[in-house]
Amino acid sequence: MRISVDGRSVFIGTGSGHPAADAPSVVFIHGAAHDHTIWVMPARYFARHGMRVIAPDLPGHGRTDGPSLTRVEALADWMDQVLEAARIPNAAVVGHSMGGLVAMSLAIRHPARVRSLALLGVSVPMPVTERLLDAARDDEAAANDMANGWSHSARGRLGGNPNPGFWILGGGRRLIARADRGVHHADLTACNAFHCDVSAIRVPTLVIVGEADQMTPPRSGKAVATAIAGSRIVSLPGCGHAMLFEQPNQVLDALIGNVAVTA
Amino acid sequence: MADKSGFDTLSLHAGQRPDPATGARATPIYQSAAFVFPDTDFAAGLFNIERAGHVYSRLSNPTNAVLEERVAALEGGVGAIATASGQAAMHLAVATLCSAGDHIVASRSIYGGTHNLLAYTLPRFGITTTFVNPREPAAFAAAIRPNTRLVFGETLGNPGLEVLNVPAVARVAHDAGLPLFIDSTFTTPYLMRPLDLGADLILHSATKFLSGHGIVIGGVLVDGGTFDWEASGKFATLTEPYAGFHDLVFAEEFGPQAFITRARKEGLRDFGACMAPTTAFHILQGLETLSLRMDRHVANAHRIAEFLAGHAAVQSVSHPDLASHPDHALAKELLPRGAGAVLSFDIKGGRKAGRVFIESLAIFSHLANIGDAKSLVIHPASTTHHRMDANALKAAGIGEGLVRLSVGLEDADDLIDDLGRALTRAQRAVV
Repeated sequence: MRISVDGRSVFIGTGSGHPAADAPSVVFIHGAAHDHTIWVMPARYFARHGMRVIAPDLPGHGRTDGPSLTRVEALADWMDQVLEAARIPNAAVVGHSMGGLVAMSLAIRHPARVRSLALLGVSVPMPVTERLLDAARDDEAAANDMANGWSHSARGRLGGNPNPGFWILGGGRRLIARADRGVHHADLTACNAFHCDVSAIRVPTLVIVGEADQMTPPRSGKAVATAIAGSRIVSLPGCGHAMLFEQPNQVLDALIGNVAVTA
Repeated sequence: MADKSGFDTLSLHAGQRPDPATGARATPIYQSAAFVFPDTDFAAGLFNIERAGHVYSRLSNPTNAVLEERVAALEGGVGAIATASGQAAMHLAVATLCSAGDHIVASRSIYGGTHNLLAYTLPRFGITTTFVNPREPAAFAAAIRPNTRLVFGETLGNPGLEVLNVPAVARVAHDAGLPLFIDSTFTTPYLMRPLDLGADLILHSATKFLSGHGIVIGGVLVDGGTFDWEASGKFATLTEPYAGFHDLVFAEEFGPQAFITRARKEGLRDFGACMAPTTAFHILQGLETLSLRMDRHVANAHRIAEFLAGHAAVQSVSHPDLASHPDHALAKELLPRGAGAVLSFDIKGGRKAGRVFIESLAIFSHLANIGDAKSLVIHPASTTHHRMDANALKAAGIGEGLVRLSVGLEDADDLIDDLGRALTRAQRAVV
């Protein structure tokens, strides 16, 4: 579906759901240079189970008008506007990578909007190597290769994808290649600059960690979980940063426990 | 940084992990029609594309999935579907994108079976094709109509071995908002990766060089994930709600994988031209040695082309590796590792000489196939292209005395001896 925020068209994936007017909501926030399509499987699951699914394309990504925003806090404020426009007072919020940072920032800056958090592949801070930042600015194809390579576990780079017939490294490359020029660099810059007081988060939080994640190493995700009072952690053995593709069933199982409980 | 594995590593490993149940290193043959659901909600999730896994082997199978992922990896695509044959892969692509009233622009120098499908069978279902000279990208452009939905060609024409200028034809297709669909059977991803040159969809008859052993029939359809179906505005099957899947809009929910997802969720489901898992296993064995075999195929073909070109009984030889071939320069550019192992030649003495030649061969086998480890020979006018009349044959660049060779992996000296002996007998027969 489409809504308008600040006069700009925003696309929202709904998981093909037809929720009741009073259905609880779950929000999915994608990561750098991605779009709502990374959430297709959990979005369809929660939609089928009666929840209102809100999986927006962030500004400048996918089908949403640009320009992209260069600070995580600005993205969190924009998410608050999206939820206001969609008349969603609060939601279970799920974010992957940069989307996880946006989710945390939303929970801190607009706590009434967030009923629970699920953070997939996160780190605070989330430093981005100068090499990747430079490539994203000067050579987007090289940055795409780096981001994809580091996003998959060593084993995952050779496939064995549980989703039959998909070559996930190829799918990841095409997804980033679709992003408009400058979007990847803007996102990585936002990640690199972000910091927050994670302990200020007060909602039930799930942190999902890929034990073979090179982008946001497991120790970083565990540190986030440690800093949030009462949080829960799920570690996925052998899984890289691209956990929605490498281990989609395990990710969904973990989310079901968190999102559904707080619905 | 190992973000990109090499071709040979992917040939051996892509898509497969040691079997989690048994530790088997080789890909097991999952000879099972269906797969047990852990619980009812998981089952519903599989049907609704919320869960990864298998339901029924017409739709997907773990052995087939390894083959699909491996070919997609070798081609640089986003996904693939293994089909019952190359023809089934061709039909699956057309059926996914085209409906009654739609139109295709295709090279006129294509496999006879594909020509049959496009020229005679699909018109019964309201889908028509205009055939054009593969050497003229402008002819593709001129044939495109408002209802055209697909531009199609083979990397190397059959049997004329015209080298398709993939980048130029891709530009023509894309300028018209259309995808370029390539049959890459003759060249395999080792000799050419059409997606890197601008193509969007690829099909293989996996029966041929991908397998290399000539023991199974199979096909693979690869989605490059490169084409923007929404921007084109011509592909309602991908951009409009599909009532057959609860109003799912494939391009909206699956992004770069929209085409291959619709092809599986509709085409495999409804037409059912799936691959048997044992077939997938056999093709995987061949894929493991693809680069080694293709290097040898190409080297043998090169020696034989030069031998035939210098033989007094041969009127002309067609192989893009030869400087005499009209597409030699293009082949050097697009096929730097070699232009495959299929070549054709006209024998002096016409139809009778051709018949004696074929019947005198001892190592080359007379049959309707290519891409076997063993060397093969055929007379297209009487076999693969027999439905084409003289004018159509001429238009496709096929002489009535044309002989096509698929050069195998035997010792090149033995193949040359075999050809030389048969050529001598053929000439004696027509003196």
